[in-house]
Amino acid sequence: MKPKVAFYWCASCGGCEEAVVDLDEALLDVANAVEIVFWPVALDFKVKDLQAMPDGSILASFINGAVRNSDQREMVELLRAKSRVVVAFGVCAQLGGIPGLANLSDAKSIFAEVYRDGVLPQTLHHDNGHTLTLPELFDTVAALDAVIPVDYYLPGCPPTPNIIRDAVTALLGAELPPKGAVLAPDKALCEQCPRKDSRPEKLLLKEFKRPHQILPDLEKCLLAQGLVCLGPATRAGCEARCIRGNMPCTGCFGPTSRVRDFGAKALSAIASVAECTEESAVAEVMSSVPDPVGTFYRYSLPSSLLNKASLSHDRQGAGG
Amino acid sequence: MPETFEPKIVAFFCNWCTYLAADLAGTSRIKYAPNVRTVRVMCSGRVDPQFVLEAFANGADGVLIGGCHPGDCHYQEGNYKALRRYELLRRMLNQMGIEKERFRLEWISAAEGERVKAVVDDMVEKLRALGPRVPVRRREVA
Repeated sequence: MKPKVAFYWCASCGGCEEAVVDLDEALLDVANAVEIVFWPVALDFKVKDLQAMPDGSILASFINGAVRNSDQREMVELLRAKSRVVVAFGVCAQLGGIPGLANLSDAKSIFAEVYRDGVLPQTLHHDNGHTLTLPELFDTVAALDAVIPVDYYLPGCPPTPNIIRDAVTALLGAELPPKGAVLAPDKALCEQCPRKDSRPEKLLLKEFKRPHQILPDLEKCLLAQGLVCLGPATRAGCEARCIRGNMPCTGCFGPTSRVRDFGAKALSAIASVAECTEESAVAEVMSSVPDPVGTFYRYSLPSSLLNKASLSHDRQGAGG
Repeated sequence: MPETFEPKIVAFFCNWCTYLAADLAGTSRIKYAPNVRTVRVMCSGRVDPQFVLEAFANGADGVLIGGCHPGDCHYQEGNYKALRRYELLRRMLNQMGIEKERFRLEWISAAEGERVKAVVDDMVEKLRALGPRVPVRRREVA
C-alpha cells in the first residue's frame, strides 16, 4: 500500500499549492509514489472523509498558510491527529508569513477598516429558523507550530521545486531527518549567490535605495548597489531566484538555525553596512530604510520575539 | 496595581565605560533608582537587537544601552555599530507600539558616575509617567 499524504491550506495566497503543481513531471513521480487522500484545492475529498480515517493513518500532511481563524485551527488539529508527520509547507506555516503582518493590528481594527460602517461578520446568525455560522477571526495570526506540533519545515514563499523534491525524497526514504529540521541548507543565501564575488570586503553605504529608484547592474552585488538585500541574514536554498531576476532578497526562506528572531538579525545585517563616521549622519542613513517591520519581518512577525504589536486601544482597555 | 508603578529596566552597559561609571557611582555613594537590572557586555556593539527584543518580550518596561562616547570605543567603532542598530531598531519598536521613551542609548564614560544617576533617574521618571507596557497577548490561538 502506498503511503498516504494530505495537503491543506490555511491563511495563504495559494502560491504554495501552485508550487506543488510546479514540480512539473516530478509531480507524476510523487503521485505514483504516494496516495493523496486529502487536497481541497485539487481533489474532491470532504472533511468527513478525513474524520473517518484512523488516527496516524496519514504518513505526512503538508500544511501551508498561517493560522488565524477557528476553522483553520480545527482543521490543523484534525490533520495533526491523523498524521504521523506534519510538515509546515512554506513560510506562512513556518513563521507566519505575509498574513502575519496583521499582528500589527487586531481583528476589531481590521473589521473596522474593511467593513467601515457596514455589517460586521458574525460567528453565529439565526435567520428564519436556520442557524448560520462563520469561523471566528483571531486577533493574533500564528505560525503553525504555535497551534500544533510540527515535525518539519519547508521554507520559502513558496518553497522552490528543488527543496520540495528533496523533502519528499527524504520523507519517503529509510532514514527520516531529525525532528524539527528545516529542510533547506543551513547557511546564508550570500554563500549561494551568483554575485557574491562582486560584494566588496567592506561595504559602507550612505543611502539605501528602493528597487524602483535605480536600474540595478545585472552582475554586481545588489546590497553594494544600495538595495536592501536580506541575503546575508536569510537561509539559502532558493537558488537566489530573486537575485537572478535582479531583485533583492526579501527574506522568505527565514533565518538559519543559529538565529531566534529573523527580523532582528536582518536589521543588524543591514545596519552594519551603513556608513557611520559621523554620529549625526547615522539617523539620516537609516531613515532611507522604509517601514522596518514590513522590511525585516515581512514573513516572520508571528514567530518573532515580540510576536504582536502593542496597541494603544488595549492600553485603555487594560486600565493602564 | 501598586500605588506607584515601579518600572523594570534592563540595562546593557559596556565593560570599559558605562559599567565602570555605574561602578564609580556605587563607590562614590551616589544613589540612583533601583529599577535597573544591569547586564555587563564587553561593548555596546555586542548588544544584538535580539537581546533588546527578548527583554521587552519578557516584560521589561524599558531597555537602556550604555556605551563609550563616540571616538572612545575600546574596540574603535563598536559604539557606532550600536548606534546604527539603535536607529533602525528604535523605529521598528515604535511600529510595534513600544514608545520611544522605553528604548534609550546613552554615551557614558568611566568618569561620569553622576551621569549614570541622571540617565537612570530620568528614564525611571519617564517610564513611571508612561505606565506599564500594554500586555502583549502572546500565542493566544494555541
